Amino acid sequence: MSEIKAATRDGFGRELAALGREYPDIVALNADLSETTRTGYFQKEFPERFFNCGIAEANMMGIAAGLASCGYVPFVSSFAMFAAGRAFEQVRNSIGYPHLNVKIGASHAGISVGEDGASHQCCEDIALMRTIPGMTILCPADEPEARAATRAAYHREGPVYLRVSRFATPVISDPSAKFEIGKGVLLRPGSDVAIIACGIMVPEALEAAKALSSEGISARVINMHTVKPLDRDIVAAAARECRAIVTAEEHSVIGGLGEAVCSFVSENCPVPVKRVGVNDEFGMSGPAADLLKHFGLSAENIASAARSVVKSK
Amino acid sequence: MDPVEKRRLEATACRIRIGIIEGVYSAKSGHPGGSLSAADLLAYLYFKEMNVRPEEPDWPDRDRFVLSKGHAAPALYAALAERGYFPTEELKTLRHIGSHLQGHPNMRLTPGVDMSTGSLGQGVSAAVGMAIAGKLGKKDYRVYALCGDGESQEGEVWEALMSAAHYSLDNFVVAIDCNGLQIDGRVSEVMSLDPLAEKLEAFGFFTQTVDGHDFDALESAYGRARLEKGRPSAIILKTVKGKGVSFMEDKAGWHGKGPNAEEYGLAMGELRTRLGELVGGEEK
Repeated sequence: MSEIKAATRDGFGRELAALGREYPDIVALNADLSETTRTGYFQKEFPERFFNCGIAEANMMGIAAGLASCGYVPFVSSFAMFAAGRAFEQVRNSIGYPHLNVKIGASHAGISVGEDGASHQCCEDIALMRTIPGMTILCPADEPEARAATRAAYHREGPVYLRVSRFATPVISDPSAKFEIGKGVLLRPGSDVAIIACGIMVPEALEAAKALSSEGISARVINMHTVKPLDRDIVAAAARECRAIVTAEEHSVIGGLGEAVCSFVSENCPVPVKRVGVNDEFGMSGPAADLLKHFGLSAENIASAARSVVKSK
Repeated sequence: MDPVEKRRLEATACRIRIGIIEGVYSAKSGHPGGSLSAADLLAYLYFKEMNVRPEEPDWPDRDRFVLSKGHAAPALYAALAERGYFPTEELKTLRHIGSHLQGHPNMRLTPGVDMSTGSLGQGVSAAVGMAIAGKLGKKDYRVYALCGDGESQEGEVWEALMSAAHYSLDNFVVAIDCNGLQIDGRVSEVMSLDPLAEKLEAFGFFTQTVDGHDFDALESAYGRARLEKGRPSAIILKTVKGKGVSFMEDKAGWHGKGPNAEEYGLAMGELRTRLGELVGGEEK
């Protein structure tokens, strides 16, 4: 695996600034977190198209809706906790219901926020956003893919929730690969079990597959960068060909990628599935790497789930 | 205001009230009280103040109106129909399955609706976004919002007002329909807003208080707001909930229910009589 590490929030911020150079209809909004969400790059280049809304996320979502109704493409940004959590109803009613062209860049998702602790570690955002009709949910696997996802979000008509992380993780994506919303990426072929992962769990899934391979278990790895709409074809093929699935996400096992896969598989192509994620509990303070281990979000946990699900076939 | 024009606006407001009653009677639900209190303002905005094109509802340079108190949708629909956005006959489909006239405004379904609203507090934020867009695009359009007094208990209203002042949005005018009542009773008893004018001033708004049923006062306030540069305007409308239908006036019970057949007959009788007085021998 590549030794290069970078945070997906950096990819989001850098690409947003790059898009700003190409598209004058982009505006960026922030709620007093411009540096840490990396929208500061855009602010520096385009101060006239940047609006700090102060610490008032609900109002920021509404302002974005109003700007979108006038033809602008607003990228609003905050921590996932406040973008999807605090402002959920504004996202639902002012953006989702009228299907306005607002892009929500939600950084600091999951427990890898680290030391700030549970109040800031959002493991519910995918669940919340999945319930909004017409919402697209992107959760890129690494920094380059975060760039591609940001670009794709701009070109996608309608609301997009883009989930990025604070924690620097390995760069694993193929720079020549085309990023297509709604199309999972097959990163590694395999036939005994399919590991379907999103976000920063994708590098862990690759590590797990390597370990499993040395034990004679052939693990397929799929990077599901789009959680909604789910790539049903790639999941159906995984179920049909591997007959066992493990999902991995830095999110609650309730309502996230794992549940999306379970719902589809149980109704269409039932095979055993094990979900790796945060198990219905709040996070805590600590260094991100330690927390990921503590909450069972590691290659070892994925490999262990894979062994168990292969046995249950 | 020219007396002929004033009479014409009063007749328009009366027709809007008739449209409200037709709608909520047909729906057997809806919010007549807060719709009737806003009828005069909507007549003023759509027939005097705002630069709009009913034949081109999405005209990019139009003035915008956001009904942040979205439950007064029957009033907005009646005003839009009266202005020619769609046939008045459709008002009777309010809240019916398949109708474009949803219980609360939907910008994707109803021509002339600039923002989907209904969840209180959210419309003001969207209106602020539209005003920012106007400034950014160096457009001349103005943005008008209408909030309820009860609605102003929502924290988001004040977040939005703070941002409007911060961005010096002198193209933005928010009106507060102060009919003094909300579902659970008097606003002053449920959660007092007093002193509202001072609060708005303190939030950076050029603030005026007027009789929301007096077209001379409305014209003067909105005209004065146009002259204000560098800061947004707020207009506190002193209104009567249920205005124009005697038995609905100042009754919290008429916040959110439709009239029965007898009440419908009484209400329509009163409004038609009033319209007859206003238009004389002309068409009613």
